[in-house]
Amino acid sequence: MTTLQQNNFSEVLTNRLGEKLVNFHVQHGELTIVVDAREISAVSKILRDDAALLFDTLIDLCGMDYLTYDDDLSEESGRNAKRFAVVYHLLSVEKNCRLRMRVFADNNEFPAVDSVTEIWPVANWFEREAFDLYGIVFSNHPDLRRILTDYGFIGNPFRKDFPLTGYVEMRYDEQQKRVIYQPVSIEPREITPLVRREEYYGDCEL
Amino acid sequence: MAEIRNYTMNFGPQHPAAHGVLRLVLELDGEVVRRADPHIGLLHRATEKLAENKTYLQSVPYMDRLDYVSMMVNEHAYVMAIEKLLQIEVPIRAQYIRVMFDEITRILNHLLWIGAHALDVGAMTMFLYAFREREDLMDCYEAVSGARLHAAYYRPGGVYRDLPDTMPKYQSSKIHDEKQTRLRNANREGSLLDFIEDFTNRFPTYVDEYETLLTDNRIWKQRLVDIGVVSPERAKALGFTGPMLRGSGVEWDLRKKQPYEVYDRLEFDIPVGVNGDCYDRYLVRMEEFRQSNRIIKQCVDWLRKNPGPVITDNHKVAPPSRVTMKQNMEEMIHHFKLFTEGIHVPPGEAYVAVEHPKGEFGIYLVSNGANKPYRLKIRAPGFAHLAALDEMSRGHMISDVVAIIGTQDIVFGEIDR
Repeated sequence: MTTLQQNNFSEVLTNRLGEKLVNFHVQHGELTIVVDAREISAVSKILRDDAALLFDTLIDLCGMDYLTYDDDLSEESGRNAKRFAVVYHLLSVEKNCRLRMRVFADNNEFPAVDSVTEIWPVANWFEREAFDLYGIVFSNHPDLRRILTDYGFIGNPFRKDFPLTGYVEMRYDEQQKRVIYQPVSIEPREITPLVRREEYYGDCEL
Repeated sequence: MAEIRNYTMNFGPQHPAAHGVLRLVLELDGEVVRRADPHIGLLHRATEKLAENKTYLQSVPYMDRLDYVSMMVNEHAYVMAIEKLLQIEVPIRAQYIRVMFDEITRILNHLLWIGAHALDVGAMTMFLYAFREREDLMDCYEAVSGARLHAAYYRPGGVYRDLPDTMPKYQSSKIHDEKQTRLRNANREGSLLDFIEDFTNRFPTYVDEYETLLTDNRIWKQRLVDIGVVSPERAKALGFTGPMLRGSGVEWDLRKKQPYEVYDRLEFDIPVGVNGDCYDRYLVRMEEFRQSNRIIKQCVDWLRKNPGPVITDNHKVAPPSRVTMKQNMEEMIHHFKLFTEGIHVPPGEAYVAVEHPKGEFGIYLVSNGANKPYRLKIRAPGFAHLAALDEMSRGHMISDVVAIIGTQDIVFGEIDR
């Protein structure tokens, strides 16, 4: 991926998406666009079908919880106190180019984003995963079930307010002769404390 | 007239052909699969959540345990993501070492794949042959990192240490007497590079042996040809990468198209299939054996000629040497801070993908400037492949499902994460 290609790409993107584009920036040679949640289906269709873009593969789709992300970086990117986001990583095999697309869900209590399974079938399981781990609902998804967690699991484990130890533990009970669930008996323990420094410990600058 | 209903059958999670803990709910019409619903998550360990609660360095060994048959390539994507955010240079020798071990890992992975795939389809011998070679390669892992599987050898900024001058040797026992042991140790007298070179000279013959057993084998072809056909357009839409995509005839390999480390300096070819069936994917992977062997050879040549550092000298990222640490106050402080507090990564986000033996393995890393990642997302190639199992197996016989699982090269460590 050359810079020239990217300059060209950013122009095409601003042209084709116009109003729908909320934010656009480049970091470490990676393009990121932020798109309004209501426009996701329309934008995805353009990204896939436009002859100058042709993003034929959805490489990755993941949920994000910005609850404790207090960096200035998020202010300019159109976050506005929105907590949940869906991040799409697109790849154009034709044009040999990558693109990251971020969509913030409007409602923090009931985050919902339109599904893109119609456009990229691979999104099916990725969206189920984001639904399972973050509780983001994808409207028009054909089969929105939990995927990674246990049968009958309650809660969304990857949310920042979900404890690392979880709420229930499982063990075999000798008396009842079956596997039972009970509240966790272990104390949460932090091995290395979280440290943020004003001046970065590394030599590198952003 | 009797009512005709489809059977719903449960397959796994404890089944030798399920390659781990795959639970498959199959809806059958006689012996024909109408719908396949894979239930995954039985090996879910929340690696991504655990990584958010550990320093960057502490998560390296977790990466080995994702795809536990191609350990070092997982680490590679992870350390490259950190290096991208830190914007640090990796010494050239470390890059060659990484590429060499990536290709060793690719051979390791494909050996397990061919062994298990052939065993599923009914050829027992392949499994034994494949494990004979795996033994040699795992000894290379052991020589370099001390562990046969979970190496934790790649570190942000380079690799943990330089290639050793000696190989681990066999010891005589009741079963193998002195003379036999001497014979078994014959190619282990020199350095690790000597041993790897010896292996690369032997390996093409082994691949020929595998091919005589399988490629023209009537049963093998009956089981694989025209099974699980995927068109190139469909393969892209389904998010296929790696040999699964190349088997469908799409010429796409990150090592060529978006080269990382020193792949652009090495000579190798990308095999591509034609029909997109299981047999073509088999042929693609067989050719990848030979190409990986070629890359390893070139790396060995280069590494012999060019000594140098193998990890960055930026001590905010990589520890100083033991000697300087014990003589120099500043180095000691670096060492202490690095292992008690860890690396601080500047805020930002990065997505790094490597050509994993199974496809595109990606790490999406979001940092807020702390010593722990804010979010780590692992893009596992097998996840997208297994999601397509339903589509690939519809209309096939139940025994073909096993062949399709085999061709997808499923490993649950990475799918369930």
